[in-house]
Amino acid sequence: MSRKRIISILMENEPGALSRVVGLFSQRGYNIESLTVAPTEDSTLSRLTLTTIGDDHKIEQITKHLNRLIDVVKLVDLSEGAHIERELMLIKVRASGAQRAEVKRCVDIFRGMIVDVTPSVYCIQITGDSDKLDAFINAVGEAAIIEVVRSGVSGIARGEKVLSL
Amino acid sequence: MEQLSGGDMLIRALADEGVDCIFGYPGGAALHIYDALFRQDRVQHILVRHEQAATHAADGYARATGKTGVVLVTSGPGATNAITGIATAYMDSIPMVVVSGQVVSDKIGEDAFQETDMVGISRPIVKHSFLVKDARDIPTIVRKAFFIASTGRPGPVVIDVPKDITNPIDKYPYEYPEKVKMRSYTPALKGHSGQIKKAVALMLSASRPVIYAGGGVVQGEASKQLTELARLLNFPVTNTLMGLGAYPGTDRQFLGMLGMHGTVEANTAMHHADVILAAGARFDDRVTNTPGKFCPSAKIIHIDVDPASISKTITADVPIVGPVNSVLDEMLELVKQSKVRPDPKAIDSWWEQIDQWRERYGILQKPNYETSSEMLKPQEVIRAVFEATKGDAYVCSDVGQHQMFSAQYYQFDKPRRWINSGGLGTMGFGLPAAMGAQMADRDATVVCVTGEGSIQMCIQELSTCTQYHLPVKIICLNNQALGMVKQWQDMQYSSRYSESLYEDSLPDFPKLMEAYGHVGLTVRNRSELKSKLEECFAMKDRCVFMDIYVDPKEHVYPMQVAPNGSMRDMWISRTERT
Repeated sequence: MSRKRIISILMENEPGALSRVVGLFSQRGYNIESLTVAPTEDSTLSRLTLTTIGDDHKIEQITKHLNRLIDVVKLVDLSEGAHIERELMLIKVRASGAQRAEVKRCVDIFRGMIVDVTPSVYCIQITGDSDKLDAFINAVGEAAIIEVVRSGVSGIARGEKVLSL
Repeated sequence: MEQLSGGDMLIRALADEGVDCIFGYPGGAALHIYDALFRQDRVQHILVRHEQAATHAADGYARATGKTGVVLVTSGPGATNAITGIATAYMDSIPMVVVSGQVVSDKIGEDAFQETDMVGISRPIVKHSFLVKDARDIPTIVRKAFFIASTGRPGPVVIDVPKDITNPIDKYPYEYPEKVKMRSYTPALKGHSGQIKKAVALMLSASRPVIYAGGGVVQGEASKQLTELARLLNFPVTNTLMGLGAYPGTDRQFLGMLGMHGTVEANTAMHHADVILAAGARFDDRVTNTPGKFCPSAKIIHIDVDPASISKTITADVPIVGPVNSVLDEMLELVKQSKVRPDPKAIDSWWEQIDQWRERYGILQKPNYETSSEMLKPQEVIRAVFEATKGDAYVCSDVGQHQMFSAQYYQFDKPRRWINSGGLGTMGFGLPAAMGAQMADRDATVVCVTGEGSIQMCIQELSTCTQYHLPVKIICLNNQALGMVKQWQDMQYSSRYSESLYEDSLPDFPKLMEAYGHVGLTVRNRSELKSKLEECFAMKDRCVFMDIYVDPKEHVYPMQVAPNGSMRDMWISRTERT
């Protein structure tokens, strides 16, 4: 059964390492839904989180091929267990007249923050899992949206489980 | 500590790695390295005529010896010309290290003269690659490159070296590391004992077993173990195109190659098998035919050093990740300890059944080609070459019908004697690979089986053979067409020969050979085949080209029925099916 997976990767913080991961996906015909990457507390390691959609067989192939990359040190499919998933969205919305209060209410409901204001525009920051961000976009309505920037998913396992060396 | 420049370090590191022979072509960005090469005598360099040939030659050298093949090319076109050969090695898991020159570090990205992003271009076809940023890293990078290339599932590794890094003026202390540790690369050294036990129990309960062995057995030095295990259990063995020679080809228990152009007995035995031991093979689409119809009643044990090869196309019932030789060693030990043996009655009746198939369809038992006309058949030429070389030559093949005929009709008793581009199917591979094999064993008989199509893709290497006195014997099955293309056009396109004919444009090969200082012989009739071949192989120190005219209408059979066929569905001639 195809579903969304969150694969979290620890890899060498080396030039070209990211292109090997991304290249693998295009080379083998897999899709990347979102991708984030940044250094960790250990400066020699980067943490990469990517989301993709596939059935068990496909995900097994993806993780095996990722593991084959020399720069990949360790990886885990977070969606196999309990995990926390977060995405940050910055969204610029038209806000004038009666709309202004309506948007503000919506931001409060979704526990977002208005981080920049002009007479006609709100810039909103909102975090949560991808579904929540999708729901906010729906709630505000496409007509009001000027610009959307999403960070892609970051994830971490719940409890004692860690991805480290 | 000794002070060396980057260029000197690179060559010294190769020598310290035990490299005695490299293949390459100089150019601007590699000139410091070439100068370092000139000032030493531990590493010999073979100057090819095109960088593609350098990679194929290093590849042939690696396949013949088991050592890592080494290539040295310049930046830009030198690097891109090497790509086909790197891809060839990657597909067949051949250990190779390719050193490419690069423009000076601060010009990278400026579209400098002869600049190309080698690390980027080669990325999908290498096991790993390095861009050297500091000359002091060279010894460690070289050590890592060889470690990665030759361990686990072997493959090519690229080291891209900007010119300033090899500058003779800047010198640094040199020490070659004995060992490298890489936290992100730890190839499996041993299979899982529990899985191996499970596999052995399954094998000992088999009544219709088949051992299906691939190139991993050759690359993984596991032929001895495979042969011992097969004989101990009296199991039939089939080899893939890449695995030929892994099990002795003339042995009674050998069923021949399997797959698209495999023997009927091998494919049918696979189809009916109840237990299949797959060793160092990857269930390639040229083996399985339609995956959904593959071996319906078989439990599959799959040994492979690369976890990504297991259950990729065909699900394994007992997967074992590990080096084939150590896993087979453990299996042998367990079988020897066990009092259980497969039911001898069942195995006997399985052999009876196989022998019936073999008697009815075996291509070596009963030739599947007509010899009523005087026109030579390609199959009989390969048989004659087999006899003339007493089955003991290195046979380096190009790609096409001649490749399949060689795989079918030359029986390889030893591993590393059959050298061909199985995965990528690279025309032009044969001659340079033969040069590499000849460099590895100067006294051996090295044959390049080719066609008039393939040979012209790297024919410039005849000049390299002259320079280094490489007495390669080129057997050209001349059917005046791209035979395999034509065969498919016969079978699927109502014989519309779209761009597969040469229309009298072929060169006079013997004259061409003479121009290079070699010998060319022409064979047109059956009556002269044997004597001309003897003449050819008697010229031990000459490169000889045998231009052998064969029946242009001949097709390669058996051939699996596709699409939607199972393993056992095969054409055995133009009109008959199994």
